[in-house]
Amino acid sequence: MLKMTRTAVTIAAFACTLAGTSHAWAQAQQAAAALQGTAIDLSGTWANRLHEDWIERAPGPHIGDYTGLPINDEARAVADAYQVSMQNMPERQCILYTSQYIVMGPQNLRIQQELDPISGAVVAFHMSGTVDRAPHDIWMDGRPHPSPNAPHTAGGFSTGTWEGRVLTVTTTHLKTGLVWRNGVPHSDQATMVEHYARHDNLLTVTMILTDPVYWEEPFIRSATFEIDPTTRVLPEPCEPQVEIPRSPGEVPHYLPGANPYLAEFPKLFNLPAEAARGGAKTTYPEYGKALRSTYKSPDRCTVYCCGGTTLTVMNNNQGACRTDDPPPANAAPAGGAAPAATPPARRE
Amino acid sequence: MQTLGRILRAGATLAAMLAMTALTFSTLAAQGRGAAPAAPAAAAGQARAGGAPGGRGDGPPPTGKAGAPVDLTGNWVSVITEDWRWRMVTPPKGDYASLPINMDAKKAADAWDPAKDEAAGEACKGYGAPGLMRQPTRLRVSWQDDNTMKMEADAGTQTRLFHFGEWKAPGGSPTLQGDTTASWETGARGRGGNQPPPMFGNLKTVTKNLKPGYLRKNGVPYSDKATLTEYWDLLRQPTGEQWLVITTVLEDPTYLARTWITSLNFKKEANGSKWDPSPCVAK
Repeated sequence: MLKMTRTAVTIAAFACTLAGTSHAWAQAQQAAAALQGTAIDLSGTWANRLHEDWIERAPGPHIGDYTGLPINDEARAVADAYQVSMQNMPERQCILYTSQYIVMGPQNLRIQQELDPISGAVVAFHMSGTVDRAPHDIWMDGRPHPSPNAPHTAGGFSTGTWEGRVLTVTTTHLKTGLVWRNGVPHSDQATMVEHYARHDNLLTVTMILTDPVYWEEPFIRSATFEIDPTTRVLPEPCEPQVEIPRSPGEVPHYLPGANPYLAEFPKLFNLPAEAARGGAKTTYPEYGKALRSTYKSPDRCTVYCCGGTTLTVMNNNQGACRTDDPPPANAAPAGGAAPAATPPARRE
Repeated sequence: MQTLGRILRAGATLAAMLAMTALTFSTLAAQGRGAAPAAPAAAAGQARAGGAPGGRGDGPPPTGKAGAPVDLTGNWVSVITEDWRWRMVTPPKGDYASLPINMDAKKAADAWDPAKDEAAGEACKGYGAPGLMRQPTRLRVSWQDDNTMKMEADAGTQTRLFHFGEWKAPGGSPTLQGDTTASWETGARGRGGNQPPPMFGNLKTVTKNLKPGYLRKNGVPYSDKATLTEYWDLLRQPTGEQWLVITTVLEDPTYLARTWITSLNFKKEANGSKWDPSPCVAK
């Protein structure tokens, strides 16, 4: 018995030592990174410029538009069944987008450092939560990821390391979430690797999402933010309320094969239906080459034709947005340039 | 006596813990004085392209090749997971959403006529540096000489040259790919002695003297006053996969209401077996 106790004490002591070593490793790594001039202060307020991926990130993708997404049939089935009005069910209104939404959503970004009061080492980076998006905490102190059985959250569990001047973040323990607002999902088995690379006043966040349930290949997205102290990053307290009266237990959805809107998107842009369905092969140049041999673009622009980089724009070709038209009273500056993204009025 | 024994054993265990921790700290501190403390796998993946020793403090600055903190050479493929409808096919005339352009640019885009471009021998207007990098394409990156990196694209069969060191643009008429100066950004503080080149960093390129072209294939223009700044980051995944992410900043006082900021993603390929040069297409 005494021998067993001694063994247990020794194992516990060893575990404590390992934990200390991990922490020490993280601190030593940070100290060395600072010495090398590679650790970078990422804290600040970063404006989302929405100069690419604008449709997905601002007004939202069309129903049935899965272009450029390396998803599998399982994901298509989930997205085809999705009805956006599901989001205004009181019990779903306050479900947050998961951390991948930093590069998938329209929001600005606030990053804060948490420092160890004794050593000054960075313990964590905190990416603020904002409209509909969960806070994203990145632990820099060498702590391990929890057990696979630990709870999954919208923010997930994230640890970071410096690789030169790039902060690399690994996130596990995500809840199932929406990648695109037209229902394209990721599962709770997804892992996310992010790289934060700062160049002068720009911060490029690259996200690589790997999901064995819904994605054929790792999904890469990158978004560039510009530091801007005047940018607003407003959290939005969520108070669920009944927006549309429904029978108890009613969940808006489409049964398989019953979504009547899936054909609209490819028809709008003269795309073959297959292209709109996504898949890994559609993301490579050879697919484009084959497609272009038969593709004929529509004669004219029919949606979002006023240009612009703001969150709210006219979605048709009517109104005063062409060269010779007078600008409408509430128009964005010429060219649609906007100082920064502002939160959408409501979750869509 | 038993109590004394327990105390001695506990003391010995504590001493062992302290010794291990001290040893760990001293080892890590020693590593911290040397090269960046990256995980070995990550460091191995960021192998230097040059290999010349020293290069900081003593003697002339290293050449672009010798001073490379990362190896960008090889075969890369653009993975079009962003702006697919605007990049994989040519969008309709007048579709310039997400571009911070001004009214002059809209006017020019509304007058786009691809047949006219082809007839005028201008089918490559969408393949100048700002538009080329957004094409679905494969890239082949190599060193033309010690101070010139060559980037070939199979879309439109284009070549860009990145000049390191004291290179001066020859001047003359603007060209499709312009004149590009290049430098490595390492963030390393100046140190004397024979320190090796940093193990991490990114490429920065600045391209000027561009011939007017299209930043979107449907005729959205940039002018000969445009300046293209690009930051090239090599990102290595735990799986061993490598990505090249290029943060791109286009300034154009003629056609942009503000700088246009995007980022592009390329995946490393094992070889050039899928390299497929094709001519420019205006439509």
